Amino acid sequence: MRILGYMARAGGLLLLAALVFMPRWFEPLLRPLTENGAPAIYNQGSLLDLTLAHLGLVAVASIASAILALTLGIFVTRPSGAEFLPLSRTIVNIGQVFPPVAVLAIAVPLVGFGTTPTLIALILYGLLPIFENTITGLREVNPTVIEAARGMGLSARQRFMDVELPLALPVILAGLRLSIVINMGTATIGSTVAAKGLGEVIIAGLQSSNTAFILQGGLIVALLAVLIYDAFGLLERAVARRAGTVDA
Amino acid sequence: MIEIEHVSRRFGTTLAVDDVSLTLERGTITAVVGTSGSGKSTLLRMINRLIEPSSGAIRIAGQDTASLSGEELRRGIGYVIQGHGLFPHWTVARNIATVPVLLKWEKARIDRRVSELLELLQLDATVYANKYPHQLSGGQQQRVGVARALAAEPAVLLMDEPFGALDPIIRSQAQADLLALQRRLGVTVVLVTHDMEEALHLAGHIAVMDGGKLLQFASPAELLARPKHGFVERLIGTSDRPFRLLSLRSVADAVEPGDAEGRPVPDTTTLHDALADLLWRQATSLPVMSADGAIRGRITMAAILARAGAPAVSSPPE
Repeated sequence: MRILGYMARAGGLLLLAALVFMPRWFEPLLRPLTENGAPAIYNQGSLLDLTLAHLGLVAVASIASAILALTLGIFVTRPSGAEFLPLSRTIVNIGQVFPPVAVLAIAVPLVGFGTTPTLIALILYGLLPIFENTITGLREVNPTVIEAARGMGLSARQRFMDVELPLALPVILAGLRLSIVINMGTATIGSTVAAKGLGEVIIAGLQSSNTAFILQGGLIVALLAVLIYDAFGLLERAVARRAGTVDA
Repeated sequence: MIEIEHVSRRFGTTLAVDDVSLTLERGTITAVVGTSGSGKSTLLRMINRLIEPSSGAIRIAGQDTASLSGEELRRGIGYVIQGHGLFPHWTVARNIATVPVLLKWEKARIDRRVSELLELLQLDATVYANKYPHQLSGGQQQRVGVARALAAEPAVLLMDEPFGALDPIIRSQAQADLLALQRRLGVTVVLVTHDMEEALHLAGHIAVMDGGKLLQFASPAELLARPKHGFVERLIGTSDRPFRLLSLRSVADAVEPGDAEGRPVPDTTTLHDALADLLWRQATSLPVMSADGAIRGRITMAAILARAGAPAVSSPPE
């Protein structure tokens, strides 16, 4: 089973690399999907540039989401912040309930076209999984362990940094992973407001009824999402092993 | 020495601990016994100030515990809880090193102390030092918990139901280990338990609590002989009293000169176990041997039975 997993990962990576670096290879496959002699391979820019821009957009948004959600999640699980839990939860939920397209529609008149409105939409959309998992992860730490830490004379800060956070980390990472993967797909809509990314390929295909373009853009985004999801899964398991929550 | 003076703790409107005063001698084991909600754990946790007393004072070796910060105080007091509370993401060695690391000991000194403790608790350092808690059995986890509590050589060891999560066979082994360890280190142990049997077996003094009040503070023999009327009496269970009394004394106390037939009993056996042996073998007397194997006399049924009654001086005035 493990061998199969490695082969699938290697296959996915190779396919992704080929799609980004050697798009010409796929011309014979994509040709039948085009009509009236339209180009089968995206020709309005470098796929590599778009992929990097896309990844950059998601990375910046996810880091910002993570910082916001972690800070908020940690704050509301401290005794001093407990009363802000319902309020924070409501705010974060609104971020999730509001469709990113609607956020773009509101943000563009305020901040203009480009990367900024897309980042706002992605950050808001990515908050919830990290926030909720931070709370769950911290709450699930065995109270006996925290009691022992107090009894040994660890200060509140030492208890948090040395015990609570490392033990909650696998659950927090699971939230981060979910958030990144959601944003991988959601970032494509940024192209509607002129943010550089793989959405351009898909939108170009939609505008010219070119299924080959749509497939190309979609495949790259999907492969990126699957591979990142998988890589984070491996990281989580490694962290969980270190946290002693699963057997080595 | 731990002096607890007029200590109370109020939670909201309820008084969890109500004006308790106790003096625990240095190097002894004291058991605090009571049902759940009796305030026994609260009393224990006030000694290391995991719970702050609402009123009263606690002094350890003459020093008021309120004169230190809670964290400083707790780093100087061993603490063992039910279900061990080991840090699951740290190895056994790192767990044991918790307090020495907090106290910023040098690495070489910490390493030395960790191996010393592993040896003391009969855990092979080469096998266990780098294991994680979930890879150990319940009994081993409990021992690592004790090792962690003893790491910084505290003079006081607080134990809150330390054997509660262990199955009976491992529990009696763990109790025997604790007794041996305490004798060796001379540490002052305060142990909270709901199990009177455990208290009688381990402790030199027993404090019985109910509803936040200290009902009686006495040695096991005294407690058995003269339990306070009511709750303490019920907790002791009057029907088992003679047998419990016999459990407190060893054959060495009742040995008499003379010969007897049969396999000898060691003089360290409790009178309770010797009685069981006599009954099982349907004998009226058995030879007694000392630790070196020499026969030093005999133990008779009559001698045991004579020690199973209420002490003459302390027979309750009926």
